[in-house]
Amino acid sequence: MRRAAAAWCFVAPALLVIAVFFFVPVVAALALSFTDFDIYALADSRNLRVVGLRNYAELLRTPLFWQAFGNTLYFVVVGVPVSIAVSFTAALLLHSRLVRFQAFFRTALFAPVVTTLVAVAVIWRYLFNPHYGWLNYALGRLGVSPIDWLGDPHWAMPAIIVLAVWKNFGYNMIILLAGLQSIPEQLYEAARIDGASVWRQFRHVTLPVLAPILAMVNILTIAGYFQLFAEPYVMTQGGPLQSTVSVLYFMYEEGFKWWNLGSASAVAFVLFLFIFCVTALQLRLARWQSAA
Amino acid sequence: MAIRRVTRPLPALLVNGLLLGGATVTLFPLVWMVSVSLMSPGEASVFPPPLLPGRPTFANYRELFAHVGMGRYLLNSVILTAAVTLVSLTFNVGAGYAFAKLRFAGRDRIFRILLAALVIPSQVAMVPLFLLLKQLALVNTYGGVIVPAMASIFGIFLVRQYALSVPDDLLEAARIDGASELRIFRSVIVPVLSPIIVTLAVFTSLGAWNDFMWPLIVLGDSDVYTLPVALASLSREHVQDNELMMAGSVLTILPVLLVFLVLQRYYIQGLMLGSVKE
Repeated sequence: MRRAAAAWCFVAPALLVIAVFFFVPVVAALALSFTDFDIYALADSRNLRVVGLRNYAELLRTPLFWQAFGNTLYFVVVGVPVSIAVSFTAALLLHSRLVRFQAFFRTALFAPVVTTLVAVAVIWRYLFNPHYGWLNYALGRLGVSPIDWLGDPHWAMPAIIVLAVWKNFGYNMIILLAGLQSIPEQLYEAARIDGASVWRQFRHVTLPVLAPILAMVNILTIAGYFQLFAEPYVMTQGGPLQSTVSVLYFMYEEGFKWWNLGSASAVAFVLFLFIFCVTALQLRLARWQSAA
Repeated sequence: MAIRRVTRPLPALLVNGLLLGGATVTLFPLVWMVSVSLMSPGEASVFPPPLLPGRPTFANYRELFAHVGMGRYLLNSVILTAAVTLVSLTFNVGAGYAFAKLRFAGRDRIFRILLAALVIPSQVAMVPLFLLLKQLALVNTYGGVIVPAMASIFGIFLVRQYALSVPDDLLEAARIDGASELRIFRSVIVPVLSPIIVTLAVFTSLGAWNDFMWPLIVLGDSDVYTLPVALASLSREHVQDNELMMAGSVLTILPVLLVFLVLQRYYIQGLMLGSVKE
């Protein structure tokens, strides 16, 4: 009995914090999304009215919301595969028995993960500078004519994807590397005795063992990439021509620039619902695949 | 094996060459940031971009501290990171231990709810959280950043996973000796958990230092800006002052990079533990 009381003393502070500052706000966000909470309600709560689903209906009629949604989808659909491909390639290279200075390379490739996103966005904004940035200089050496990375609506999102991949790929690289290291050497030896080529070893030994890890990495990365915010905030401010307004950037402006807090909550919920559905779908796919 | 390595120099060259190329791409922006931060104003805004400063100078750093108030932001970041790390470590370690090793009604159900809640992006809570903290008069104060971060589901999860491997005999022995639960926690559990505590401390402090969106929202007053918030705001004003901005980036990135390099082992361990949840 005393022991149970002690246990509650250990968990209560953390649970209380999480309940009050996370669970209650999440529920409140849902409630808020059904109201017209705006700057007038912020001043005096008597100005608050319940409007049902109007925020959601309004949102679906807002072209900028759709654009933000499309931009975010673009970022996820292009950024995640590129990111995971780079992570996987780097992990395979690091795992190669031919590699020298493995510890150094691992640390070097991982370093961007721990850096501050805002600061590296500042650096990359400069690297992307069309007149004296390093990227155009290096590309120019290869004969590519200068690209106005952050000033051209067609190139701004690819530029942000480059930064995101550079910053994030090391994280999945470490997880995949650990997966590769967990594969028993005997499996490869058996495959070699059967005369399997390097490609067939990869196809029939490496990939099947890594499949569940790849599926998990994929799910977590997609959920993370949907939360794009700081990169456009620092590098492009959503521009040019709103080509880099992400859903969260839209939510931030709606909520904390225009103080349409009801509508901002609706945006947050739409994003959450979408991420949730995508995640659930992927989990099903992964389960179905591992069962097959 | 050694013989095969010698007889196949080409693949070895390819693998190491590719890795060297990759490492150059990841490190170049960081090294170059340091280099540009030591250039005089305007020196970096030429084509082709210079690699090294003509005459290295700390003028940008002096400018940041003397006129831009960077010392203040640095102090804010240090205080907030230390406070968030200390408090959340205390709460998360206690809770993680209890979820793993102590029995109480509803323990497993509560833990499952917490795990399920990990799918909710933290941004969903931000609007009501802002209103709540406004009611508590915590907006534009350190408290606005510290209070919501005092515990985290991820932290509890991490500690629990590790604490599950602590043998029950250890606790029973201490109980038979008549030690109170708090005493057992302090003198038996905390030492046993110390590796995961260091891991969580590194994770939490780097996360708190690098955090951007929430501090941006809750800290509207420049007196309480953290480094990332200040840097974002400065970079919008000083679009042309590349050298100054690079110096600001160095001040922001260098501390976390150093912490990571020293405690790398612990960080990687946390990354592995945290990713096996499924």
